[in-house]
Amino acid sequence: MELIRYGFLLAGILFALGLLGVLVRRNIVFTLMSLEVMLNAAGLAFIVAGARWGQADGQVVFLFILAMAAAEVSVGLALLVRLYHEYKSLDTDGASRMKG
Amino acid sequence: MFDLLWLVPAIPFAGALLLATLGSRMPRKAVAAVGVCTIAASAIVSILIAVAFLAAPPPGGAYTQVLWTWIDVGSFNPRIAFYLDALSLVMMVVVTFVSFLIHLYSAEFMEGDEGYSRFFAYMNLFVASMVTLLLADNLLLLYLGWEGVGLCSYLLIGFWYQDPVNGRAARKAFIVTRAGDTAMAIGLFLIYHSLGTLGIQDLMQRAIAQWGVGSSYAIAAAALLLGGAVGKSAQLPLQTWLPDAMAGPTPTSALIHAATMVTAGVYLIARTHVLFELAPPVQLAVAIVGAATLLLAGCSALTQWDIKRVLAYSTISQIGYMFLALGVGAWSAAIFHFMTHAFFKALLFLSAGIIIEALHHEHNIFHMGGLRRQLPVAFWTFLAGGCALAGLPLITAGYYSKDLILWHAWNSPAGSVVLWAAGVVGVVLTSLYTFRVIFLVFFGDVRTPVSKRPGLPIRIPVWILAILSIIGGYAGPPLLTFLKTALPAALESRAGALTETGSSAVTALAFLTGFGLAWLFFLSKPARATAVAANPVGSVLHRFWFADWGFDWLYDHLFVQPVLWIARVNRGDFVDAFYTGLSRLIEWTWRILRLTENGQLRWYAAGIAVGSVVFVAIVSFL
Amino acid sequence: MEIVFYVAGIVAIVATILMLTQRVAVHALLYLVVSLLAVAVIFYDLGAPFVAALEVIIYAGAIMVLFVFVVMLLNVRIETARGVRLRSPAVWIGPGILSAILIAELVYLLATGEPGYATVSTINPEEVGVALFGPYVIGVELASMLLLAGLVGAYHLGVRKIRAGRESWN
Repeated sequence: MELIRYGFLLAGILFALGLLGVLVRRNIVFTLMSLEVMLNAAGLAFIVAGARWGQADGQVVFLFILAMAAAEVSVGLALLVRLYHEYKSLDTDGASRMKG
Repeated sequence: MFDLLWLVPAIPFAGALLLATLGSRMPRKAVAAVGVCTIAASAIVSILIAVAFLAAPPPGGAYTQVLWTWIDVGSFNPRIAFYLDALSLVMMVVVTFVSFLIHLYSAEFMEGDEGYSRFFAYMNLFVASMVTLLLADNLLLLYLGWEGVGLCSYLLIGFWYQDPVNGRAARKAFIVTRAGDTAMAIGLFLIYHSLGTLGIQDLMQRAIAQWGVGSSYAIAAAALLLGGAVGKSAQLPLQTWLPDAMAGPTPTSALIHAATMVTAGVYLIARTHVLFELAPPVQLAVAIVGAATLLLAGCSALTQWDIKRVLAYSTISQIGYMFLALGVGAWSAAIFHFMTHAFFKALLFLSAGIIIEALHHEHNIFHMGGLRRQLPVAFWTFLAGGCALAGLPLITAGYYSKDLILWHAWNSPAGSVVLWAAGVVGVVLTSLYTFRVIFLVFFGDVRTPVSKRPGLPIRIPVWILAILSIIGGYAGPPLLTFLKTALPAALESRAGALTETGSSAVTALAFLTGFGLAWLFFLSKPARATAVAANPVGSVLHRFWFADWGFDWLYDHLFVQPVLWIARVNRGDFVDAFYTGLSRLIEWTWRILRLTENGQLRWYAAGIAVGSVVFVAIVSFL
Repeated sequence: MEIVFYVAGIVAIVATILMLTQRVAVHALLYLVVSLLAVAVIFYDLGAPFVAALEVIIYAGAIMVLFVFVVMLLNVRIETARGVRLRSPAVWIGPGILSAILIAELVYLLATGEPGYATVSTINPEEVGVALFGPYVIGVELASMLLLAGLVGAYHLGVRKIRAGRESWN
């Protein structure tokens, strides 16, 4: 049964795509979205693992990931709003005052 | 009585310590009291010891007082020990007594100076170091005293340190004597390495046994010690520092640069006479150095216009006589001349000090004149000292001692006619320059009026020294007999063409020649002197001799300029460059690493990503 | 069973790729929602119905809605790209290589690992609940604290103090 393997592969590909998005996009909204994709992919991996062993542990961990993603998104979006009001744009490359 | 020996250097040392720490807070009178009484006590103790020594000499003619062991490393254990024999006794008594008189003089002389306590502290320290040098039982302790007197000389030459000229003179003295001191240190190393001891009496016996006459070790050791003596006693080729050392106060010039420190070289050679006897070439070199120096300095003294510089060159010249005596083996004669020289040279400096102070710091003899009636105390004492220096026959001490040296220069197996003739020419020169000064300063018209007359503390020492300069010569024969217990007698060989009285007659004639020439040129018709100086040959000679035969110029071009050039070239200091280079390397690394912190969010994310990829690779593939 | 998995997987991947390359933020959000829904289908297929529901309700329903709110609030239109255009390959090469390496590693591990399990059974919500209240109860408490922290942080970062005549951020 290749389902488990392909499940992991799918998770990996989604993770890599999320990583690509984080590294490439300059708009912080897109960065956060790509981050969500990465989290989701990690959760998928856990579910696949749980399905492989036939236990509920995978789902439980996914629940925790979900809670964490929710907290992170709320704080991240609040920061995003502050960033926008400070710099009047959502370009992360412009917010480089921590340089040097 | 002999166990009080340690007090002689210790009391002045304690005085120096006290004055150095508390002197600035003590009233003037107290400072003077401490400064003078310590030396007085030292002089009294040394005279008492001398009396006891003469009454009941210790066995073997020498007494050793061991205080403690200084260093104890393996087989190297020099002690702090004092060795008293006829030689060190004579020198100790003369040094402490003359120092006492000079300190008494300075009590009034240096009154107006704000460095009063500092002056006495340095002078006391000097006396302590000098006595240590004289009494030292081993060469290491002697070297300690040697360096101590060098230090005090530096401190006192540069006493008025606010004027950079004085500082330069002090540095020059220190550096030039250092060259000699280094040679001496190497000599000490050689002696210890070869003979295994630095105790003076010990090493002399071992040298006789181990080295033998003419051995290269003996020649090397004696030559190196000669190097040290030449530096300290301002002989050729290291004589350039002494004329410039006249920048210090007059009592300093009297004490250090006339009577005591500059004779330390003479003492060293006399003390280690065995080594010189074992190295005849070096002993000859001593005589040649003495003869050449006395002529050279005599010529230079003839052209100077600063009264203190005349006396400085005169000192160099007279020490040349002492070296000449040592070189021909007349050890006791050299010490006799040291004693008489200490008296009359200190006297000359002190009365020159009276003149300088009275004329409000005027040093130029051509601006003085007619002081015979204005300053009688200076006139009579300077005259007494000057006659002793020139060697007025039969009356003055200087005549007897100088005569003895010349006789031995003729007579001794190591002597020769050339050396004797050089000494005689020296007498002519000495007489000439001495009476030149006397006639120019005390006779003729008054050019600068007298503004200050000396008080009692100044007059008493100069009178005492004047009396000693006259009668000191009669102490000659007993002194020489006494010294025979410590120093070998001078050998007599070539009774030849001249007897002793004949030599004395020639010396007296030489004195009169110089006196007559001085009369002709400086008293009866002073215009003659200026005519000679204006003459083309005369003017060249005048300038050459005035500049000390060009030695200053030579050393400047040979040593000073190259060192300065190297310093200029190494401004960037290659050693420093290593360390600054290190810091610049770190700065460069920082600049490169700084590029990784560009404040870009995506860049940091990329960093994390790359790191995790690498870790995953490591974990999964290794 | 498997065909569902493959189709949903391809939909997820395509939607994600399309999301990455959008210029309008709202379009990208919508594609992301599609991707999440596809993943929810995969969850169901793997015998995790509870999580599938959660994915839809919380992830796509709450978190994505939050994104939409903020995007609408800030009126984010076209991404202002200074200098570098989005389509230029130069921007994509570096991260592309990185991701490719990552995927390559994963493929290698999967290829050399042990074969997959034969059957997939459904794990119903009851088992998940038992696990949550059993061995993972501490994790639940910690997660609640995390959410509290997130709540306080988000509130504090977002609050605006109204001064006399002027609104300003504190």
